[in-house]
Amino acid sequence: MNILSGWRARGHILRNEPPKSPWGGKPTGGGDDSGKGGDDSGKGGGGGPRNPWSFPPEGRRSRPGSVSSLDEFLKRARGGGGGPGLPGGVSGRSLWLIGVGLIVALWVLFTSIWQIAPQERGVVTFFGRYAGVLEPGIHLTLPSPFNNVEKIDVQNIREETFPTSSSEENLMLTGDQNIINLAYQVRWNIGNPQDYVFQIRDPKETVRATAESVMRAVVADVDLDQALGRGRTVIEARVQQLMQETLDEYNSGVRIQGVAISKADPPNAVNDDFKAVSAAQQEAQSNLNNARAYAQQVIARAQGEAAQFDKIYEQYKLSPDVTKRRLYYETMEAVLAKSNKTIVEAPGVTPYLPLPEARRTIPDAQTPPAVQQGGAQ
Amino acid sequence: MNGVLRRPMTFGILLLAALILLASTFTIVPETRQAVILRFEVPVRTVNAWRQGEEFGRTGAGLIARIPFIDRIVWVDKRVLDVDLDNQPVLSTDQLRLQVDAYARFRVIDPLRMVVTARSVDGVTSALQPLFSSALRAELGKVDFAVLLSPERGQVMDNIQKRLQNYASQYGVQIVDVRIKHADLPDGTPLESALERMRTARQQQALTIRAQGQRNAQIVRADAEAQAAKIYADAFGKDAQFYDFYRAMQSYRYTFGADGGSDQGRGGTSIILSPQNGYLREFQGR
Repeated sequence: MNILSGWRARGHILRNEPPKSPWGGKPTGGGDDSGKGGDDSGKGGGGGPRNPWSFPPEGRRSRPGSVSSLDEFLKRARGGGGGPGLPGGVSGRSLWLIGVGLIVALWVLFTSIWQIAPQERGVVTFFGRYAGVLEPGIHLTLPSPFNNVEKIDVQNIREETFPTSSSEENLMLTGDQNIINLAYQVRWNIGNPQDYVFQIRDPKETVRATAESVMRAVVADVDLDQALGRGRTVIEARVQQLMQETLDEYNSGVRIQGVAISKADPPNAVNDDFKAVSAAQQEAQSNLNNARAYAQQVIARAQGEAAQFDKIYEQYKLSPDVTKRRLYYETMEAVLAKSNKTIVEAPGVTPYLPLPEARRTIPDAQTPPAVQQGGAQ
Repeated sequence: MNGVLRRPMTFGILLLAALILLASTFTIVPETRQAVILRFEVPVRTVNAWRQGEEFGRTGAGLIARIPFIDRIVWVDKRVLDVDLDNQPVLSTDQLRLQVDAYARFRVIDPLRMVVTARSVDGVTSALQPLFSSALRAELGKVDFAVLLSPERGQVMDNIQKRLQNYASQYGVQIVDVRIKHADLPDGTPLESALERMRTARQQQALTIRAQGQRNAQIVRADAEAQAAKIYADAFGKDAQFYDFYRAMQSYRYTFGADGGSDQGRGGTSIILSPQNGYLREFQGR
């Protein structure tokens, strides 16, 4: 329709000016036209704008003016006047031809030579009909209305992020009806350029919608603990596979390169309680560690003491009496050497006990009365 | 050429007429579009209509000719299109409220019928929307909430698709796929109560873990003590009498602070002995 309306607009001007190019509707042709239009105005001296797309605000040109400029132009074209801007030797007609030739050449140049970069493919259509794919390199096609080329970057890996802003929560329901906050990326590129161009109206939106639906379906198959932890890689692989299947079903030409879960958290509202669980796990573990340390200690002590007893018992068995008495004296020695000793000889004498210990500890209160009481007895 | 230059107006008008005629006779049908040609508003034929398993380059796309000013072309998109449904409230059989976002992908396979019934692609989309919504509610209203989260939800989707296809066929539309994007608990009470449930479940888990940890620690301690007791018994049981003596000696040393212990409350004992004491037996020189 674009072409048609372009021609119509041009048609309006044709009444005032000779046609410059039959391909006025083409964007490149249009650009060249306006350049040519500039030349014309220098030559013809007509004041009106030549660009069909930009009428002055007051609307159409006034007819008398255009007619007079046209008359002037025609006079010159017939070789009569030879205006100030026009060199004598060159006739208007050949200028006209050169202009048209130039435009045609430019148009052919711009619409039939195609340079396809390594990451690109060019989808060629012949009058709208698919006519093949251009591989990287330089290619020639027929000029524009016959062949059209759409360059598609097939290698570039596009990334879709869910949710779109990182502060947002993306809550999903898991199989055990819990809620998880999941952030993930889908990377994709184009596997089949002609499918990509012809089969799907909005490929990006399709990829996004598919990703959301598949991710939710997969998360609904696992329970919360799996989704939070070790199930992640399984989920990623499954989503990638299912997305590819779905997009193939649409013939979208899209290839999913990877799905990556960047965040799998409990919802913010319950995050603290999840942390409490891991704190409890830590606490239980440290309790157990303490208990194990204590157990080692107790057993080691028992073993030590048992070994000590065994050694002495061995000796004791060899000479029981001597060993026993030796142990007795050694102990008594050790005990009594460090103690204050009072020996009371005569029976029936009630000794006065100086109890230096008691005196020493008087400032401490409490214990002395008990000792003194004992002493009084 | 001289003729042209002599009567440029005539020439221009002729050329213009020729161009208009050309432009309105020939039209490019791209691969992405189907065309329905109406002659005085009566559909006469379709161009590039979708066919099963067609190959690009062998479709009807390309340059077509028509009778100018008489044939009118209505364009119909040939690609896969979509209808979105956002925030559909659904009540499952177990009375759980759900908020569902869903989409259907479709393709116009009978452009003529589509043009007759809905005039344009936008018309079809807006016609499908309420049908989709009703199909969705009807099918989701038949299942439990849990089914939506289970692998059987594929079956539910298929049912929705079938139901929607029945409606859509009259528009010449083929439903390619129906999917649920979101199935969420609505904001407010349902979401809050679900979160509360998660919260209490976690609290319970934390308490259990803590208690289990304590229990395990206690068991470890008790085991160790039992083992120690066994070690003691094995060693000391060999001669109970000697053990009694030996242990008494150890005990004296400890109690009276003889092991070099300067601990608080140990040692520094005042002892009153009578010469009859066993240790002082030899005092009497007998």
